[in-house]
Amino acid sequence: MSIDLKTVKHISKLARISIDDEKANKLKGDLNNIFEFIEKLNELNTDNVQALTSIAETTLRFRKDEIKSENIREKILKNSPEENKDFFVVPKVVE
Amino acid sequence: MSDITSKSLFELTSNIKEKKLSSGEITKAFIDRAEKSKKLNVYVTDNFEKAIDQSKKFDSNPNFDLKLPGIPIAVKDLFCTNGVRTTAGSKILNNFVPTYESTVTQNLWSQGAILLGKLNCDEFAMGSSNETSFFGNVQNPVGENLVPGGSSGGSSAAVAANLTPVTIGTDTGGSIRQPASFTGTVGLKPTYGSCSRYGIVAFASSLDQAGPMTKNVRDCSMLLEVISSFDQKDSTSIDYKRNCYSKELSKDIKGKKIGIPKEYRVDNMPDEIEQLWKNGISYAKDCGAEIIDISLPHTNYALPTYYIVAPAEASSNLARYDGVKYGFRSHGQNLIEMYEKTRSEGFGDEVKRRIMIGTYVLSSGYYDAYYLKAQKVRQLIKKDFDDAFSKVDAILTPSTPSSAFKIGEKTNDPVSMYLNDIFTVPINLAGLPGISIPAGKDKNNYPLGLQVIGKPFDEQNILNISYALEDKINFKNDISDWWLSE
Repeated sequence: MSIDLKTVKHISKLARISIDDEKANKLKGDLNNIFEFIEKLNELNTDNVQALTSIAETTLRFRKDEIKSENIREKILKNSPEENKDFFVVPKVVE
Repeated sequence: MSDITSKSLFELTSNIKEKKLSSGEITKAFIDRAEKSKKLNVYVTDNFEKAIDQSKKFDSNPNFDLKLPGIPIAVKDLFCTNGVRTTAGSKILNNFVPTYESTVTQNLWSQGAILLGKLNCDEFAMGSSNETSFFGNVQNPVGENLVPGGSSGGSSAAVAANLTPVTIGTDTGGSIRQPASFTGTVGLKPTYGSCSRYGIVAFASSLDQAGPMTKNVRDCSMLLEVISSFDQKDSTSIDYKRNCYSKELSKDIKGKKIGIPKEYRVDNMPDEIEQLWKNGISYAKDCGAEIIDISLPHTNYALPTYYIVAPAEASSNLARYDGVKYGFRSHGQNLIEMYEKTRSEGFGDEVKRRIMIGTYVLSSGYYDAYYLKAQKVRQLIKKDFDDAFSKVDAILTPSTPSSAFKIGEKTNDPVSMYLNDIFTVPINLAGLPGISIPAGKDKNNYPLGLQVIGKPFDEQNILNISYALEDKINFKNDISDWWLSE
């Protein structure tokens, strides 16, 4: 199985990473090499194997739902690329 | 004074407790050496001014009951540090200042340690040579233009070059053990669930673990004791009784059963590594251990499995970098274009490659063929180890299939880069503890490591075996300080 240019562009769309044609062609080559290597798994019959979903066989714990952190709104907003008072600003979404 | 910086953590803590050295003297010595070591490019962000202040504070009111009393420590730039920039080696987090502290680093500061700075690493810990970092490659102190390994390359180089007494790295597929092997230092990846992942920039959540990187095994046991803790803030943190690793450290490994897996004898492995392994086996015998041949039949499938599971988890974890709330942002005509350009310009090539692999294997129609298949094979790999550990107490293998390579040598061939982790990846997939210790050198005088793998939560046992082997191996790094400037 090989990955074509159209698929590469489709994946880049899903991953929200824009790529130009030159990059897409380079990626196509890389991905095909990597998947050729990955295809080795098909040698194994895994029909009766249960998938491993958690390596640490623990059950998730419950905790009380309570606020523990102080008000750090200002500190959080300081990391924002663009802010306006108490809001994160993004390009216009509603036309 | 260079003799301060060459001391082990054990010596430095003893010296402080005996009042032979102050925290201020030690901190200054490491900073002075760092100022002359810029050529190695180990620091992304330094914290020198604050470190000096904190060391003075410690000296004015010292608490010698702490486990790391006034000891300056630099950490991998994957740990979030409150108020100190944390980049994960990426342009996309170039200006990110966390408002919280990772549990593992908090454990260091709670025991008296002082943050020296943040160490270079591969971007989002994706790499085996520290060449994918946005902040440039790191020089291995072992030799010029040699990679220090990755992804914790700044960390391994900093320990080997005496720029920090010890450090902590993270290991998803070998990122502590491989760089330790390349620099002649000790690196331990604990059992999954031993060290909290809270506050560590996530790569592949079911594989990531933090761990100590040190000059010797005793220091490693001291540091593991501090960083390993149960944490409510990490849902996969495991609540079990942790050893006092340094107190229980012992060279007595008489009667321990050590397994030698035949599948780790790979094609094209240099003779020197084969020889190193044989030496390790005979040292273990000398110490009274029993050597048992074992088989881990699915070893060859570990890397392909890893290159599905890790990118899949990464593509999901890295979805949060969208340029909205923090980090780098590019400009677009609309929201979607802003996301796409931000991620295209903010991530480097290797990270993009892995996000693309992960997105593909999780996409509609391919999930069963790739991701589910890989999770099934992962079960088989884990079962190999379960079976082996019914016969043996630990497993001994080489750490890497080669010594450190030249900068640029493997950057154009992702698959050949991935093959570096062939001996370390299975251990992450099975969630086991593993340690790499320096065990010899190749014909170029570059260090080579041996790996000891243990049962889950059996860190004490692999530390003890390493401690016994370290004594027999008597490794000397002979680093020449070639990079120092005045």
